Amino acid sequence: MTLESEAKIQQPDDFYQALIDAHAGLTDEQSAALNARLVLLLANQIGDLTTLRQAISAARVSI
Amino acid sequence: MHVPPVYPYVAPPELSSDRVARTRVAIVGAGPVGLACAIDLAQHGIDFIIVDDNNTVSAGSRAICWAKRTLEILDRLGCGDAVCDRGVSWKVGKVFVRDKLAYQFDLLPEPGHKRPAFVNLQQYLLEEIMVERLEALGHAVRWKNKAVSVTQRTDGARLEVDTRDGRYAIEADYVIAADGARSAVRDLLGLAWEGQVFRDRFLIADVSMKGDFPTERWFWFDPPFHSGGSALLHKQADDIWRIDLQVGWECDPDEEKRPERVIPRIRAMLGPDRAFALEWVSVYTFQCARLERFVHDHVIFVGDAAHQVSPFGARGGNSGIQDADNLCWKLARIVRKQSPASLLQTYNDERVEAANENILNSSRSTDFITPKSRASRQMRDAVLALSQQHVFARQLVNSGRLSTPTEHRSNALSTPDCDSFACALAPGAPAVDAPVQIADRMASLLDQLGGRFDLLVFDANAENASALESEFGSDLRVARIVRARQQSARVFEDTEEVATRRYDAQSGAVYLLRPDQHVAARWRAPSIGDVRSALKCAQGMR
Repeated sequence: MTLESEAKIQQPDDFYQALIDAHAGLTDEQSAALNARLVLLLANQIGDLTTLRQAISAARVSI
Repeated sequence: MHVPPVYPYVAPPELSSDRVARTRVAIVGAGPVGLACAIDLAQHGIDFIIVDDNNTVSAGSRAICWAKRTLEILDRLGCGDAVCDRGVSWKVGKVFVRDKLAYQFDLLPEPGHKRPAFVNLQQYLLEEIMVERLEALGHAVRWKNKAVSVTQRTDGARLEVDTRDGRYAIEADYVIAADGARSAVRDLLGLAWEGQVFRDRFLIADVSMKGDFPTERWFWFDPPFHSGGSALLHKQADDIWRIDLQVGWECDPDEEKRPERVIPRIRAMLGPDRAFALEWVSVYTFQCARLERFVHDHVIFVGDAAHQVSPFGARGGNSGIQDADNLCWKLARIVRKQSPASLLQTYNDERVEAANENILNSSRSTDFITPKSRASRQMRDAVLALSQQHVFARQLVNSGRLSTPTEHRSNALSTPDCDSFACALAPGAPAVDAPVQIADRMASLLDQLGGRFDLLVFDANAENASALESEFGSDLRVARIVRARQQSARVFEDTEEVATRRYDAQSGAVYLLRPDQHVAARWRAPSIGDVRSALKCAQGMR
């Protein structure tokens, strides 16, 4: 499995809004906790370590 | 309260005769690892001298959890029964997040092994047992003999040793430095000790109480009785319990050690009605570090003198005894000139590999328990929060990955497989136990092996066995594992077929095992030449 850059998310605007809405009313600390949980849940969905490593590297680019 | 034994100081004979003591091996330090080396060398019939700067066993809180592989080594050293009879067996660990059980592990879910996953026994009691065993073999530690200098020579190493009656010298082919995390030998040789210190402190207490807690390892993150920190409760022998509380980098360690501080913390954990007494208290900071090399010419480092880990995972004491197991048969062959001195390099390579594995596991556990940054704390807390509802998160909870032996999958002494095997066992790994019948009694397979090279010949190769035996009888001890009932020496009946399964030997198998019981080579049906070449390789002669 390799990291997908092609569009795969169905109804992308709905997904993005759901992601932002999830943070509504949260403090920065709570938002960070939510993001961390979300990363872990999604990582388990992917499962494959090579793909996860590629995603981690991709996320760090230019930070 | 445990009353430590006081071992007698005896004036070394070299002082009155003005002689230099000559020996094959000098061992500095009579902790569990130095004693394991001494017992193993004694069993090999190698001349040695063991010195220790104290005259008793270790005080207070040190290693308590002895892993299955270590117990198997202690069996070979003649201490296994005493340790297991005296200690507390366990195999289940539970991890609580706040007041809820988040995760549970069983470290030995299958039957058919002589030894349990772990036995808890205070280090000082293990040392007492090992000192007795060494004495039964006709040897004594030179107590209150302190090594004060070490010099490399072309044909060995020279130690200067201080006693109350004066100083004398020991010249040895090899010196084993088993003098612990603050090794004096390491300092005397000026060797660098590099690693990572964890910025956290832990209050470690041994308390005496009549507890009805099960004999399991209980670990809490953020428990109600110790908010924000971690806690550990674990039973030892004689109704002593180990308690470990994370108290944070900022705390004042001297203040935290005072009974007025410690007792309320423990009372909060155990409940107001539980009577207990403090046996021993300390405040620790953990580090993971190792020497770059464990062999420096004629000086060999073992145990904490060579490598140090944090205690979460019980990888310190266990890996030290495994160092001794790996080293002593090689040293015995070298000083007898049966193998070249280069065999020692394989001790270095194999045990550095083990130290790296232990340091990796121990650092990961400590990073989880003591997150280094805000981000790592957020991620850790997210794992703990999810672990209550989501099974996948439980495998990320890391309260210590408990000691397992290193498998040395690729090492210079192993012959790679040319036949295919479908069992977990592989060349380089320690042999696995199985129940076998010998004459009319059930026995442990591992108890029949070790101390010299063994060749295990399974049923289908029966015809091969006598040919192999007549060819290698002097270099190898041949044992046959059969399924049908037979009566003769070195024939083990695999009545439950566990050995056949664990060694994947349904269609025949021959295993060559090293004196430390690690697999050196295996085949379906080897020729005499195959065995000869693998044996030479395992003896470091190729």
